Amino acid sequence: MFGFVKDLPREEKKSEYIVDLKDVTVRFNKASENVDNLKEYFVKLIRHELMFQEFLALQDINLQIRPGEAWGFVGTNGAGKSTLLKVISKILKPYKGTVSVNGTIASLIELGAGIDPQLTARENIYLNGTILGYSKKFIDSKFDDIVTFSELEEFLDSPVKNFSSGMKTRLSFSIATVMEPDILIVDEILAVGDALFRKKCMDRMNHMLSGGTTLLLVSHNINDIQRLCNKAMWINRGKTVMSGEAEEVCSAYQGNIADIKEKERLEREKQKQLNAQKKPT
Amino acid sequence: MTKTKWRFEPKEGSFIEVFKYHDLLSQLVSRDLKLKYRRSFLGYLWSILNPLLVMIVMTIVFSTMFGRNLPNFPIYLLCGRIIFEFINTSTGKALGSITDNAVLLKKTYVSKFMFPLAKITSSMIDFVFSMGALVLVMTFLSIIRGECLFSFYNLLFPIVVIQVYVFSLGLGFLLAELHVFFRDIRYIYNAITVAWLYLSAIFYDASMLKAVPWVQFIVEHLNPAYIYIKQFRDIIWMGRNGLEVIYNTRIFAQNFLVGIAYALAMLAIGVFFFRRKQDKFILYI
Repeated sequence: MFGFVKDLPREEKKSEYIVDLKDVTVRFNKASENVDNLKEYFVKLIRHELMFQEFLALQDINLQIRPGEAWGFVGTNGAGKSTLLKVISKILKPYKGTVSVNGTIASLIELGAGIDPQLTARENIYLNGTILGYSKKFIDSKFDDIVTFSELEEFLDSPVKNFSSGMKTRLSFSIATVMEPDILIVDEILAVGDALFRKKCMDRMNHMLSGGTTLLLVSHNINDIQRLCNKAMWINRGKTVMSGEAEEVCSAYQGNIADIKEKERLEREKQKQLNAQKKPT
Repeated sequence: MTKTKWRFEPKEGSFIEVFKYHDLLSQLVSRDLKLKYRRSFLGYLWSILNPLLVMIVMTIVFSTMFGRNLPNFPIYLLCGRIIFEFINTSTGKALGSITDNAVLLKKTYVSKFMFPLAKITSSMIDFVFSMGALVLVMTFLSIIRGECLFSFYNLLFPIVVIQVYVFSLGLGFLLAELHVFFRDIRYIYNAITVAWLYLSAIFYDASMLKAVPWVQFIVEHLNPAYIYIKQFRDIIWMGRNGLEVIYNTRIFAQNFLVGIAYALAMLAIGVFFFRRKQDKFILYI
C-alpha cells in the first residue's frame, strides 16, 4: 500500500532469471488510416468504418535470461527484434503475457533521443541523467566522469544544437553508461564517432560485460554476435524460430540466409535462361 | 534480529510514482523556465508586463461599463485575470506534453505523469512571478488613493494557489491523455476556454447576472475557476477589509471546501483516465 515495500536482502529477492518473458504477445493496429482526431472518429463511428486490423509484432515469445549471459537477437528487418528489446525495457507493454526484469537497465537504443538541443551540454547531462532515473546526487558525483569520457570539456556550456552528431552521440553514450547497469541493451553496435571513441565505447562495454553485466544485443552483423554473445535467439515475423547456444543459432540462421540467397540465385538463372531462349525468336 | 526496512517502491505506472522522479521534475521545470526566459532581453519582466498591459487595456474598456460598483477596479480585474491565465496556460501546455515528448517516451521508460506535472508546475512558478504585476498595481493605486491597499491577509494567497494547482493537474492529465488519441482536442479546448473566460466573471461582477438566474448559478457554483477567483479576490482585493471578509469565515470556509472538492475530484478523474490509457500512448504518438 502507498508504494512502500519491505526491503529484502538482495539475494532473497532475486529469482534465477534476470529477465523472464512468458508468452509475450505484442499487438499493433495496422489499420491503413489511423484515426487520430475526434471528427474522423465520429464520422467513422457512424459509418461503421472503425476498423481494427490486428498485427502481431511478437507472438508467444518465451525468453529466460540468467545474470551474466550475453544474448544476441537475429532476424530480418521487421522481424520484431527491436520490439522485443522495447518490451524488456518496459517502453512497450505486452498485449498478453508477462515480463519480469530484476535489475537496472541501460539501453543504447536511439542514442540522443533525450537530448534537448536548446540546452547546454551541462544542463543536458542533468536532464538526460534524471530521465534515465539517476538521482541528482548521483549525477553530481559522476559529473566529471561523464565529461571526461565524452571529451566535451570545452563545450560544456554551449547549446547542444551546435554540436555535431558525433558529439551528441558521445554525450549521450557517456550519460547512459556512467552507471554500471545489470542489463545493457544495445541495438546495433555504435557506428558513429571516430575510431578512437568507438574503441573507448567497446572497452567500456567489455569492462561491463566482464563485471557481470547481462548483454542484450540486436545486430545484423553475425560476426558481432558470434564474438560477443554466448546465447542467441532467431526471430522471424514475431515468432521464435530458434533459441539457444549462439553458435548453433547463428549457423542455422546463416544457413537459412544462404538457402534463401541460393534460391534467389537459381530463380534469377532460370529467368536468364528463359530470356536467352526467347531472344533468338 | 534484523530490523525490517521499508523502501519506497511504487507500482509501475501509478500516480505516486512521480515522487520517485522528483529530481526529474525539478530538471524539467528548470528547463521550461530557462528556455522561456534565457534569450529574451526583458527576461522575467515579461511575466509581469504581459498581465499589466492586458489589465490596462481591459481597465480602459470595461471600467465605465462594469466598474462603477467595484472599487479599485484594476485590482479586481487583475486578480481574476491572473488566476484564469494560470489555469488556461498551464492546462494548454499540459495538453501537448505527452505528444511533444514522443521521441523520449519511445526510447526510455519514465513515469508519463511527469510531463503534464512539469508543465503545470512551471506555469505555477510563472504565476507567482506574474503576481509582481499585482504588487505594482496595488502600490500605484495606494499612492494615488493615499491609503494602503495591502494587508496581512494578502499573504493567505497560497491557499488559493494550491487549489488551482491541483485542479489544473487533474485537467492537464485528462487533456494530455485525450490529445494523444484525438489531436483536434486542442482546437476544441481553445474554443471552450474562450467561453470559460466569459463565464468566469473576470471583468464583471457575478451578481450582475441576476437577470438570468441559471447563468448566474452556473458561474457561481458550477465553475471552479470562478470559485478560485472569488477566493483570491477575497484575499487580495478585499483583504484590506479583512474584518468584513475574513470574519465572515463561514462563507470563506465554504468557498474553500467547494474549491478543494472540485480540485480533488478533477485530479481523481484526470489520474484515473490517464492511468487507464497510458500503456497505449506509445502506439499513438
